[in-house]
Amino acid sequence: MVSLVLPRLAALPAAAARSLSVMERNAAALRSAYWLVMISGFLEPVLYLFSIGVGVGALIGGLTLPSGQVVSYAAFVAPAMLASSAMSGALAETTFNFFGKMKYVKLYDGILATPVRPFEIALGELGWAMLRGGAYSAGFLAIMTAMELTTALRALAAFPAAVLAGFAFGALGMALSTYMRSWQDFDLMASAQFALFLFSGTFVPAESYPALLRWLVELSPLYRAVELVRSISLGEVGGAQLVDVGYLVGVTALGLMVAGRRMAKLLYK
Amino acid sequence: MTVSSDGALIHARGLRKRFGEFTAVDGIDVDVPRGEAFGFLGPNGAGKSSTMRMIACVSAPSAGTLRILGMDPLRQGPAIRARLGVCPQLDNLDPELTVRENLTTYARYFRIPRRVARERADELLEFVQLTDRAGSKVEPLSGGMKRRLTIARALVNEPEIVLLDEPTTGLDPQARHLVWERLFRLKQQGVTLLLTTHYMDEAEQLCDRLVVMDGGRIVAEGAPRELITRYSTREVVELRFAADAPEDIAGKLAGVGERTEALPDRLLLYADDGDAALAQVQQRGLEPAGVLVRRSTLEDVFLHLTGRTLVD
Ligand SMILES: Nc1ncnc2c1ncn2[C@@H]1O[C@H](COP(=O)(O)OP(=O)(O)OP(=O)(O)O)[C@@H](O)[C@H]1O
Ligand SMILES: [Mg+2]
Repeated sequence: MVSLVLPRLAALPAAAARSLSVMERNAAALRSAYWLVMISGFLEPVLYLFSIGVGVGALIGGLTLPSGQVVSYAAFVAPAMLASSAMSGALAETTFNFFGKMKYVKLYDGILATPVRPFEIALGELGWAMLRGGAYSAGFLAIMTAMELTTALRALAAFPAAVLAGFAFGALGMALSTYMRSWQDFDLMASAQFALFLFSGTFVPAESYPALLRWLVELSPLYRAVELVRSISLGEVGGAQLVDVGYLVGVTALGLMVAGRRMAKLLYK
Repeated sequence: MTVSSDGALIHARGLRKRFGEFTAVDGIDVDVPRGEAFGFLGPNGAGKSSTMRMIACVSAPSAGTLRILGMDPLRQGPAIRARLGVCPQLDNLDPELTVRENLTTYARYFRIPRRVARERADELLEFVQLTDRAGSKVEPLSGGMKRRLTIARALVNEPEIVLLDEPTTGLDPQARHLVWERLFRLKQQGVTLLLTTHYMDEAEQLCDRLVVMDGGRIVAEGAPRELITRYSTREVVELRFAADAPEDIAGKLAGVGERTEALPDRLLLYADDGDAALAQVQQRGLEPAGVLVRRSTLEDVFLHLTGRTLVD
């Protein structure tokens, strides 16, 4: 019995170490140009927050939540921007970059000749993407706190939620990237990403959508992420958030599994 | 040849690889004992790389048995790959890293501690004479330098078996001799070498034993000298004619030597005594513009078995 279980337990840290070695490779490859890309990715949601949250918010005034709490429009929009920035940060790394490394640079062909397995590459790349996504989220939460759109304590609690959202999108993006045939296919993905950004209860409460559209919206992973982050930052956490967390964890696991399988199929030929 | 007590390091029976309808490797049997240098020879598309990839545990066999280091590639891939070094046919170095980082980073995939990784990287750069390019990116390196770096990378985990898919294709003679010398040193250290090549001299110099592959099958197996004795005559007369096509001349040489082989630009006449055969050619009133009497090589074995020359 023990001899059956022990190798499995020993295999876990080995797999984790191999995933870490993939992250290490990315750290070694970091060059100055990367910082420019990173900063532009961070600025996008901040610009949205100022133009729409603060600008349009001045026209709208306060918003009454289902619980009866009245919040400023900026405080309503900010957590949605946080969730979408976690999404775009993770996606940038696990779609474009991942696809390029797999298909054109042939980076993974080299790595797969070592003990590192496809799933471990997927996990390492996702972990790396989340370092970037996490940095975006932390920066954005700091801005929110400084603008008094949330409290410091709530910001701290919202951070892991934003990171979880990033994991879910990163995994999903990576899984989808394994089905891409060329760069053109990414235009479709960008459109889908933008549609999600517009219609996931980001700018208006989902309650204001017609019933049919609302059902659709509730299925959107970004909606789940927005819901989760918003409920924490506005102090409205309830049982529904368990569903959000479960959904996002589920998407992460599924995305990673599909990505690992597809990579094995594409690269172990 | 003796098989060591722990059996063959690589053991294949009826090994097959199919890509859809197409069969790239069509049932081959291979046994490689520890410490041997084993070669795969064959024309383009013979299935050499497909075989190497299965042995490297990055391609699943479609049928047959394959055991590497006594383990099953399908279930124990990571454990096997930890003890293999792979130099693929096409370099897949990491273009975003420097020469030295390519080695240290690769070592980390094997969970080699950072300090050890740095030491080995420096030793290996010395070994393949790339120390002065350690800080350079990969892209500006010449083809031969990239190849040497790929070979160094394959050694970073101190592998027991090194797989080299056309290690010296595209190298200039000097770089090729350097690689041969290095591979020979590895062999002396007891490392098992598996290589594919299009170069007969490479096969003759490095391989203890080799197989000739054609169309996914093994058509001959043995030590280089053994194959030459078995499939060719001791000597070969190469005849060049100014005007006539080699095929036409071949018709006039019935009974001279053992057999002839007409190439586009010359006629090969196989005979144990080349000078005697040449005298017979001249007795028949044929006047070749160029004549060369030489010993048979693997090239002749290859030509005889596959009907093709190796390097066109
Ligand atoms: N991934 C693949 N999908 C489909 N066919 C393939 C694939 N890989 C190889 N083949 C086919 O299998 C056959 C054997 O290819 P392989 O690369 O093993 O030959 P090789 O002996 O290494 O040739 P070369 O000397 O040109 O490197 C070829 O006809 C090739 O087209
Ligand atoms: Mg090949």
